[in-house]
Amino acid sequence: MSMHKRAIAACCGLLVLACSGKARDATNDGPHHGRPASPAVIGRMDLTIAADGVGLPPGSGSVEEGRATFAAKCAACHGSEGTGGIADRLTGGVGSLASAKPVRTVASYWPYATTIFDYVRRAMPLTAPQSLTDVEVYGLVAYLLSVDRIVRPDARLDAASLPKIAMPNRNGFISLETHDFDGNIGSDRKAPPRGASSRSQGEKN
Amino acid sequence: MENETVTVNREREEHVAGGGLLHRRAFLGMSAVAAGGLASGLGAATDPRSPVSMREPGGALSGYGTRAPSAEIIQRIVPELPFPGTGSSRTPLQLLEGTITPNGLHFERHHNGVPAIDPATHELLIHGLVRQPLLFRYDDLLRYPRENRILFIECSGNSGTIAAAAPVQASAGQLNGLVSCAEWTGVRLGTLLDEVGVDLDARWVQAEGADAAGMTRSIPLSICLDDAMIALFQNGEPLRPEQGFPMRLLLPGIEGNASVKWLRRLKVIATPALSREETSKYSDLLADGRAELFSLRMGVKSIILFPSFGLDLPGPGRREISGLAWSGHGRIRKVEVSADGGTTWAEAALGGSVLPKALTRFRIPWRWDGGPATLLSRAVDDTGAVQPRRKEWVAKYGIGQGYHSNAIQSWRIDESGHVSHVYA
Repeated sequence: MSMHKRAIAACCGLLVLACSGKARDATNDGPHHGRPASPAVIGRMDLTIAADGVGLPPGSGSVEEGRATFAAKCAACHGSEGTGGIADRLTGGVGSLASAKPVRTVASYWPYATTIFDYVRRAMPLTAPQSLTDVEVYGLVAYLLSVDRIVRPDARLDAASLPKIAMPNRNGFISLETHDFDGNIGSDRKAPPRGASSRSQGEKN
Repeated sequence: MENETVTVNREREEHVAGGGLLHRRAFLGMSAVAAGGLASGLGAATDPRSPVSMREPGGALSGYGTRAPSAEIIQRIVPELPFPGTGSSRTPLQLLEGTITPNGLHFERHHNGVPAIDPATHELLIHGLVRQPLLFRYDDLLRYPRENRILFIECSGNSGTIAAAAPVQASAGQLNGLVSCAEWTGVRLGTLLDEVGVDLDARWVQAEGADAAGMTRSIPLSICLDDAMIALFQNGEPLRPEQGFPMRLLLPGIEGNASVKWLRRLKVIATPALSREETSKYSDLLADGRAELFSLRMGVKSIILFPSFGLDLPGPGRREISGLAWSGHGRIRKVEVSADGGTTWAEAALGGSVLPKALTRFRIPWRWDGGPATLLSRAVDDTGAVQPRRKEWVAKYGIGQGYHSNAIQSWRIDESGHVSHVYA
């Protein structure tokens, strides 16, 4: 590392210390055996669709197109209209979560429609994951959500409209981020679980 | 023979709680029972002076050892599934000893099979809110400083059947075998995150596996920087394929699903990706219909493995109650055992090293008088968290919710010595 780069790195390090205990910077003297990843490689490998829709690809699909795709590639396991198959139930159950028989489906439970796109594109169908086209996935999301009237029967979804869908259980979740990611009974009266760690964050910064 | 031995030992027994529980110091003499049984039986009627094993050469050396033939019946509990690679197999905890799970018996949870990955071509990408995105090959990671830690991994769905309306009659492993413990060796995730240079507004890291489920979980950056590891070795040998070969994430004390196997990508992000697994699957439905999101830490828990369902008692006498305890918060501080359905409790002995976020073996001597008995165990960890009773646990969650079930489990022994699963 040149003197110039070292000076920049040192400045970055000071900035990190000044701003936040959480942030890290590449100022250490680690082994550095990684290889730089080009934008092309990252673009090829990054499958993530974020909850705000970042990552959604071009294209669009309609309820009608999705219905045909579902019948051809999904219904054998998930049943017609997403119920009654050997695989997870996908539709129905809206409003049932607080009842004596909660039914957790895509329609009744999933908080974000973007998650459906992300999951179906990466993992479905089980026998041939990542075989669906982006257009097919848009159509499947539209069709699935039309069954419970979350979208209109004539809906067509794309990267702009899909993240705007209001899922019925959108506000049904409590993040435990402010509870140290711990929902266990009896754990709320104790100190944060730091004692077991052999290295705390602060030591390294 | 056994009765005679018992009479002798009784003089030094110290009863510490109801139902015949003895002081945990009172282990002396237990082996005498077994030794007495052996001395009177096997070998006495054998004709030659020595067994066959002493009268002919034994087997050859071997490149990779195998189990004793009689131990080969110890198998993971594998269910019949519509898709054989999608589901879980369980560790037969009640048939094992100590705290380390043999690699071939570590529980499995796959979401679309075990991928066959060539370590020569597999790459791990770390990108997102970083100064320099980097790719690491398996050989690259082998060049980093390593650390080894003994840690449990528990699926958050473990023991979920305790939510059922009636107790499921099944072995301890069938009910609780989605937990295993191994010595994991690998590279600190913090070391690699240092090298990519994490941005100031980063708060989460999304991990992705190279399996046919494309498994993804969002993990708090705080946990990634705390004690997370990229594991390369399991009990001294390279990871088994079903445990994520060539590399997996390992998050001590965190629900198993987040320790993503076959790790191929870590994306540093500001807000969680809210993927399918972290929203619709590994979230905990509450009684009021809302659900807890990112309930990542595994609670304090213990289970009695002997006696347990399927391991009936042949008759009254002195026994050792033993089991396993663990906590995602840290070390086990103590385990108490009750033999009278929770009316009185006695402290069990903790065996070997009591390590943070690892399985701990507990044992307590017990004289079973042949009457009905209900056995419970209750663990406390070093943060003071106490394992809850079932009714407390069930009251919090929605019907059918089985994640993060760390409630006390009970075994009932009837007059015949038969062990059944009960709600006490």
